[in-house]
Amino acid sequence: MQLKKKHKKKAIRGALTTASCTLLGLSNVAQAENAPWQFDAGVLYYSETDRVQAIEPVVTGKKDFGDDRWLNLKLVVDLLTGASPNGATPTNTPQTFTRPSGKGSYTIDANETPLDDTFRDTRVAVSGSWDQPLGDQLKGSFGANFSTEHDFLSLGASASLAYDMNKRNTTLSAGVSFESDTIKPEGGVPTPFASMVPAGSAQPRDASDDTRTLVDLLFGVTQVINRNMVMQVNYGISTSSGYHTDPYKILSVVDGSTGATTDYVYEHRPDSRNKQSLYWQMKYHLTEDIIDLSYRYLWDDWGVTSHTLDATYRWDLGGAKYLEPHVRYYQQSAADFYRVFLIDGAPLPAEASADYRLAEFTGITLGLKYGTQIKGHDTSVRLEYLSQTGDSSPSEAIGVLQDQDLYPDLKALMLQFRYTF
Amino acid sequence: MRSFMTAALLSCVALLTGCANLGVEPWERDLLAKPAMALNPDPIQSAYDDHIYFSKEASSGGRSFAGGGCGCN
Repeated sequence: MQLKKKHKKKAIRGALTTASCTLLGLSNVAQAENAPWQFDAGVLYYSETDRVQAIEPVVTGKKDFGDDRWLNLKLVVDLLTGASPNGATPTNTPQTFTRPSGKGSYTIDANETPLDDTFRDTRVAVSGSWDQPLGDQLKGSFGANFSTEHDFLSLGASASLAYDMNKRNTTLSAGVSFESDTIKPEGGVPTPFASMVPAGSAQPRDASDDTRTLVDLLFGVTQVINRNMVMQVNYGISTSSGYHTDPYKILSVVDGSTGATTDYVYEHRPDSRNKQSLYWQMKYHLTEDIIDLSYRYLWDDWGVTSHTLDATYRWDLGGAKYLEPHVRYYQQSAADFYRVFLIDGAPLPAEASADYRLAEFTGITLGLKYGTQIKGHDTSVRLEYLSQTGDSSPSEAIGVLQDQDLYPDLKALMLQFRYTF
Repeated sequence: MRSFMTAALLSCVALLTGCANLGVEPWERDLLAKPAMALNPDPIQSAYDDHIYFSKEASSGGRSFAGGGCGCN
């Protein structure tokens, strides 16, 4: 009883000190330096039908250094395994492909989508940022990140500023980020449009690695509309130059009348990409529930334009519990250099790729999240289903290809857990 | 490009002058101050989404910087 009283007194004293410090405008630096780290951890399980499987644990930590200065750290591990489409079309005969290493081969049955099943990788990414006020209304954030895989290395840095005005109802923000990537493909960088040669013989390779640099600028306005609504508009511009080709992707070369495969060649993409995006987001607080709506329009000089609509409804169940249904709609146009296949004897285009991610397609994601608190810690679980559908019988299909599924749909399940402590 | 930037700048100015009449007083921030009302209330979840869609679509970014790129297949 005595002890309880003492604790209560201490708590009251602490609260009073904090209150008087705040009133007097005194800083809480000394107190904040002892503030504990706050952790937010998650695990994602991602599974595509017949293709990629991934497990991705993440942990983030942040520490308050007082006066609104925060240190944020993040560690991500990404374990990937499974098969990925190699770009060749299915056909009515079995097909044999040389593995990227040039040391082995794999055979795909007739009428099956060619998948390279050697896909296995572990990615480790570390990032950190420091946030601090730079004046009464100005805040800065400075970050760095590092990410590595066995065939890829990425180093990046970013800085952003946020300026509050109109009684903090309007925030203007501007940011810049820089990224330098090194791509070191298994077996080396393939010579563009070179024919695939059998395993064991000298492979057509240009170099052992290549690089790419990216600069991104992002400008935003966040506006409080009223007691229930806040809105954000961003304009982003991104330029990248260097190696953009996927070293593991090929194209089928087919006979112009029968559609039969005569050769496989390595793909080749432009050596630069300029991308722009407009992003709008709105959050609306109903009596208890919250609506989150966003839309992104993106366009680039590869001929890709895309529309992304995202909506969630946070249904408050009381007692910190909630259910959150989610819908995401995505639609993109094809890149100018997307080709389902190349025709034997026809002049080669300057660039070409049969990567299904550069085709025209529509993606739908449906999800449900349940959130609660366990001993005061935020916990949630989310299950999502993603499907992508494209044109499986494009008009350019010739001969035997007319009977093939030239855009096999992608279906994926995602399960996420999150816990804060 | 230049005309687009001018148009974007003009709309920002228009938006801001219009915005002077919008907003709330500090004591009316009870709902906006809820963690669930943050524009990005679950950064781990949005990072997962960014990563998944970056590797499955020809689009990325817009909301924030992607950060820590990958050679995704």
